[in-house]
Amino acid sequence: MGDILGKYDILGAFWVTIQLSVLSAIGSLVLGTIVAILRVSPVRVLRLIGTAYVTIFRNTPLTLLMVFSILGMSFILGLTISDDLSRNAYWWAVIALSVYHAAFVCEALRSGVNTIPAGQAEAARSIGLTFGQSLREVLLPQAFRGAIAPLGSTLIALIKNTTVAAVVLGTAEAAGLLAQITENEGASLATFFLFAIGFVILTLPLGILFTNMSRRLAVKR
Amino acid sequence: MSAETVLFDAPGPRARRRHLVLTILGVVIALGVLWLVLTKMASANQLEGYMWSPFVTDPEVWTQYLLPGLWETLKAAVLSVIFAGIFGILFGMGRLSANRWIRWLSGGVVEFFRSVPVLLMMIFFFFGWFADAAWLPNEYAPLFGVVLALTLYNGSVIAELVRSGVHSLPKGQSEAGLSIGLSPGQTLRLIQLPQALTAMLPALVGQLVVVLKDTALGTIILYPELLTAAKTLGSAYANTVPAYLVVAVIFIVLNYTLTRVARFVESWLKRRGHTSGPLTTTEPNIVQGGAEPGEPAAAGERMVAAAAHARRARRDDEG
Repeated sequence: MGDILGKYDILGAFWVTIQLSVLSAIGSLVLGTIVAILRVSPVRVLRLIGTAYVTIFRNTPLTLLMVFSILGMSFILGLTISDDLSRNAYWWAVIALSVYHAAFVCEALRSGVNTIPAGQAEAARSIGLTFGQSLREVLLPQAFRGAIAPLGSTLIALIKNTTVAAVVLGTAEAAGLLAQITENEGASLATFFLFAIGFVILTLPLGILFTNMSRRLAVKR
Repeated sequence: MSAETVLFDAPGPRARRRHLVLTILGVVIALGVLWLVLTKMASANQLEGYMWSPFVTDPEVWTQYLLPGLWETLKAAVLSVIFAGIFGILFGMGRLSANRWIRWLSGGVVEFFRSVPVLLMMIFFFFGWFADAAWLPNEYAPLFGVVLALTLYNGSVIAELVRSGVHSLPKGQSEAGLSIGLSPGQTLRLIQLPQALTAMLPALVGQLVVVLKDTALGTIILYPELLTAAKTLGSAYANTVPAYLVVAVIFIVLNYTLTRVARFVESWLKRRGHTSGPLTTTEPNIVQGGAEPGEPAAAGERMVAAAAHARRARRDDEG
């Protein structure tokens, strides 16, 4: 066990996991918000575009997006981000993760909007608030609270899904490193548990945090 | 109530003009993106006829590559769902057991397998155990790795669904069971579980989407599923990009159909009106917390709320 820790850069692999998680979380939040705005907009064509985005990316395996981003986009279509091969793979992994999870972020936000009973908007309008005021003071705060729980699940899923980046990043990433260690050193339950515990440490506090937050901030109805 | 009517007034003349402008803008942007993709592909010589025609003219593309790949994908998915269902019901019952130790043990197992990435398990089971297991013929090793990893993960998700399904039944159900003299175990088995399982059916079908997508991870441990088929097809016909795009379309159509089936089952259950509880586990995507990777809502009460959202969400989904 000790020599495995010394020989392989496990902490480094988890650092890559954290980097990928943070970058793609930001990316998917931005992209997902845009798609969510499209999906709840009053314009039919924009709604269609949003729906198409969600349908396409929610139903495609992330593995396919990952492989395609490198083989298809980068090698064949020549869309490289960096000349350095591993940097290029790294940023394509971030893009694939962002694009994929944006569909789920969009659904989370939309489900938040959908928790608002119509009476809330009607009440806001009938006490004389303008459109902007009712959005700012009444609707968006409730929509945000309703979206916390699904957003938290999406974030946790994203952290776990960063392992799929091993397809393009290889041993720089936790899953790739586990594959290498298992092949070189033979199967050891201890190594597996070490990696597993790493993910439990990353995801469990987040899960508890989001559950608490959604409970504390839940809109009483 | 659809989101649109919550957020917006009925458009007046000015708003209608603005909507028209936005409509045109949307169409222009969509066409622009399409044009950009096509020119990019054309300039990289990816629109040549010889790359795309094999999909129509050459039956071998389908019989040699794509259909066997699809078969392996479906095989792994169906096996995983069956085993995951068994695992999920057992551990879901374990989490509801009257015995504290059984409850804790199954809780620990379920929470552990839910928070470990599927790929990590797959890699460990395959490279660690199955790849050089003497008792296992070599060609079955990847299948075993894929199915075991997917079973443990999705089984844990289903266990959570079972638990929250039972929790969201009206209290009167278990009280009635206990008061006619059934033991707690009998009440769970005979009264609560059947109702919870029926209500769960749509979510189980939805889980199939998650499993189907996750079988694609099998390509990493050399399982010859659809994505692997795309890779070999791409190198055999020198049409990597078209091969991946076609496989993506197959996945999308398959999963979209399954989502539709899940919704149909749900509305059918509602029409039949046999469960006494709220149909808690509706809209698979939202029950899983909006994330494909099957993170179920942590607690039963959240699922009830989620079901309410889902019902509203669905109405304007077509939008």
